[in-house]
Amino acid sequence: MAVAAGRPTGEPEPENPLTAGLERLPVAPTTLVIFGATGDLARRKLLPALYNLAHEGALPERFHLVGVSRKEKEDEDYRSECEQAIRRFSRRKPDEDVLGTLLDNVRYVPGTFDDESVYGELATVLDDCEKEAGEPLNRAFYLSTAPSFFPVIVERLGSSKLAHHDGGEVRLIIEKPFGTTLEEARQLNREVLRIFDETQVYRIDHYLGKETVQNMLAFRFANGMFEPLWNRNYIDSVQITAAEDLGIGSRADYYDSSGALRDLIQNHMLQLLCHVAMEPPVSFTAEEVRNEKVKVLQAIPQPTGDEISRMSLRAQYLSGHAGGDDVPGYLEEEGVPEDSVTETYAALRLEVDNWRWAGVPFYLRTGKRLARKVTEIAVTLKPVPHLAFSQDGSLGVQPNQLVLTLQPNEGVSLRLGAKIPGTRMSIRPVNMEFLYGTAFLSQSPEAYERLITDAMRGDATLFTRNDEVEAQWRICDPIVKAWELRPGPPVARYEAGSQGPREADGLLREGDRWRAI
Amino acid sequence: MAGDDLSGRSDAVWSEQGTTPDAIEAALRQLLVEVHTENDDFLPARVLNMIAFVDREWTGEIANRLRGVGRYHASRLVVLAYEPRRERLDARVMIASEGASAPGELALLRETVVVELGDRHLDDLLTIADPLVVPDLPTLLWSPHGHHEIVTELLALAQAVLLDSVDEPIAREALDRACELSERAYVVDLAWLRSTPWRERVAASFDPVWLRRELSAISAVTVRHHPASTAAATLLVGWLASRLGWRTESLAADGDALVGATHGGEGEVSVRLEAAPELQVPGLEGLALETASGLQLRLSRGAGGLRAHRRWPISDDRQDCEEREWTIPGASRGETGVLGEGIRQALLRDPTYVPALKAARAMLA
Repeated sequence: MAVAAGRPTGEPEPENPLTAGLERLPVAPTTLVIFGATGDLARRKLLPALYNLAHEGALPERFHLVGVSRKEKEDEDYRSECEQAIRRFSRRKPDEDVLGTLLDNVRYVPGTFDDESVYGELATVLDDCEKEAGEPLNRAFYLSTAPSFFPVIVERLGSSKLAHHDGGEVRLIIEKPFGTTLEEARQLNREVLRIFDETQVYRIDHYLGKETVQNMLAFRFANGMFEPLWNRNYIDSVQITAAEDLGIGSRADYYDSSGALRDLIQNHMLQLLCHVAMEPPVSFTAEEVRNEKVKVLQAIPQPTGDEISRMSLRAQYLSGHAGGDDVPGYLEEEGVPEDSVTETYAALRLEVDNWRWAGVPFYLRTGKRLARKVTEIAVTLKPVPHLAFSQDGSLGVQPNQLVLTLQPNEGVSLRLGAKIPGTRMSIRPVNMEFLYGTAFLSQSPEAYERLITDAMRGDATLFTRNDEVEAQWRICDPIVKAWELRPGPPVARYEAGSQGPREADGLLREGDRWRAI
Repeated sequence: MAGDDLSGRSDAVWSEQGTTPDAIEAALRQLLVEVHTENDDFLPARVLNMIAFVDREWTGEIANRLRGVGRYHASRLVVLAYEPRRERLDARVMIASEGASAPGELALLRETVVVELGDRHLDDLLTIADPLVVPDLPTLLWSPHGHHEIVTELLALAQAVLLDSVDEPIAREALDRACELSERAYVVDLAWLRSTPWRERVAASFDPVWLRRELSAISAVTVRHHPASTAAATLLVGWLASRLGWRTESLAADGDALVGATHGGEGEVSVRLEAAPELQVPGLEGLALETASGLQLRLSRGAGGLRAHRRWPISDDRQDCEEREWTIPGASRGETGVLGEGIRQALLRDPTYVPALKAARAMLA
């Protein structure tokens, strides 16, 4: 594009002095292309996130959205679908003018993802957007499709010369799951990296976009009081729980082919473990943070052979009670095969074999239809070496426990021993609570708002790197394989609305207990 | 009592005529215990104290403004409602939740204290307000009806002061006052916050690497503003000047406009601040920038966001130009939104305000 004013000269580019002090940093002009534009994720999360960014004036200076999906429809029809999705799922009531402005820049390209002509048409639409803008725009391709389409979309983007763009950056945003086995993840990485450079790839784990997950890093690395205790000398065990009170709803197709281990542990919960166990990064750049997380994953021994049945457990919920209602068991849910062995509950005992954590068990558990919805990390400290108090007539002295709750009551709780008022020196545990909601005025943005902005800005800190994904799969893959053997290890059962299967206690070291859900 | 509606829905209320600060503070503690005993899912927010010194007759107007700030409401609001001839100290304490908590979830409480006082209490104002703020929380001070001498006294309790430079009838005096206060506390100026979307957009417009070099070649700035918002317009130019290293000089009146020049990196930058009588709300209506190489950027208020217009030469003789117009989506925050943002900003620190303020003051000297 011929531009006399500000024409590139080849000299080092100056900094932009106008960004100092701004809370919202500029995002380069971008066209965002969503593959799977009419799917559930796009409707429920991506489109509302884009609207909220528009509402706050946080979209790039020039922004175009292009939806790609199989269904044949006109731009206007797709705009209407976007509007409906935003009205239904946005966290705030849309401002009509803002919504109209956003929708004005929405286009649609119909076709199947393996059809070369779709990419030709897409290229034309992208060029049109740039002609309209009068400048080159960055391009971000968001793969919000079933994972089976990832390879073909990536391949077609490459063969259509859309993976690189003169005058602008091209970025590829990939939704989870990134593979369903280690080999699939490796294969997908190979296919993606054959076309794109790793610096162009943004693998989404939406947990990382949550404020409370990011707060864990602030908690650990902005508070000097915890770091001296944060090691095997003072920490006895770590327990990470992601419990849901709901069942699988209408997701039987997806869930029965996935299960709890793939759905939550392989990605989200291992990321939480990394946040707990990682060393302080030199700086909070994408590479430094991800380097430290990979080191943690590499320090977790890969489970082998018989060990798997001692360090992992799977279970399915039976019928029971939830929210005052009778609820069906997993095998009675609509769409679930009656002989399914897919786990709705998974628990692991992992160890991080490095200088800081050797010997400290990390317990991970997740499940559907448990007693309540909670996501938390409980760090139990070692007991005091000598107790001078009598424990008669009291609950007694219990080890200090630090609990970081991600939902629903986001905050930090520290269990301390305190004297019960009275004439005797009796001790009972009390909690010192900190709740994020009581300490900040701002409402947390949705994870997808943060992640979409970061991807458009080229900040990969909250995205998963290729080696990170493979390191996660290296831990989970042997367990998945063992569980898929027929006959594999037996599937334990638990009543819906309960604390989970009793057999989970078998994973615990002597003296350890699962926290009440 | 004035201020009945300051806290939204009241869950617990206490009031007393002829009271004392100690009694008010004790009532606050007791009400919190009662609310928590009744339902331990309710917890007091502990974010920010806000002291508002207001004329009693305008308490209703202040209540309306604060009601709109929603989640940005200070966790404890202490309203000192001033009525010159009042002899007796009356007070009312309200503890309100934003709604019932969902099962298993917690709900936040916010506290509002309204103290009605008169001239005879002003000498001891610090001893009245001090017991009413939560210790160890940052405190924001707001005096929307002037009373500069009171603000000066109450600054002993506050780390941040909220003001609106467009409220003062004379812009220069407003900026002088803000400069003076900024030496004693962190100043949150609503006039500055109204320019945030404009500053963000100018920063974004010049962010592409091929345009950054143009910043040092800016040759003209025109800002259109609400007739009473000269201070806001001057702050925006002051921001450009301080960020880009321009040396500012006094502007002169030219009809309804203020005109003059500053000295930038590559020469003189002409400055024009124009009143926009059609603008119904305080703040800015438009901004136009030109560079020595012929680039023109205009931003103006529009439905659904800021309307942008860019024109740039595509031939060396500048005869041929390309032009583009587009809208950058963004919802208007409205005046209550700006006030809410002001309260939130009391917890942050913007290092660019004071340099912009000083540059702006030099233009209005």
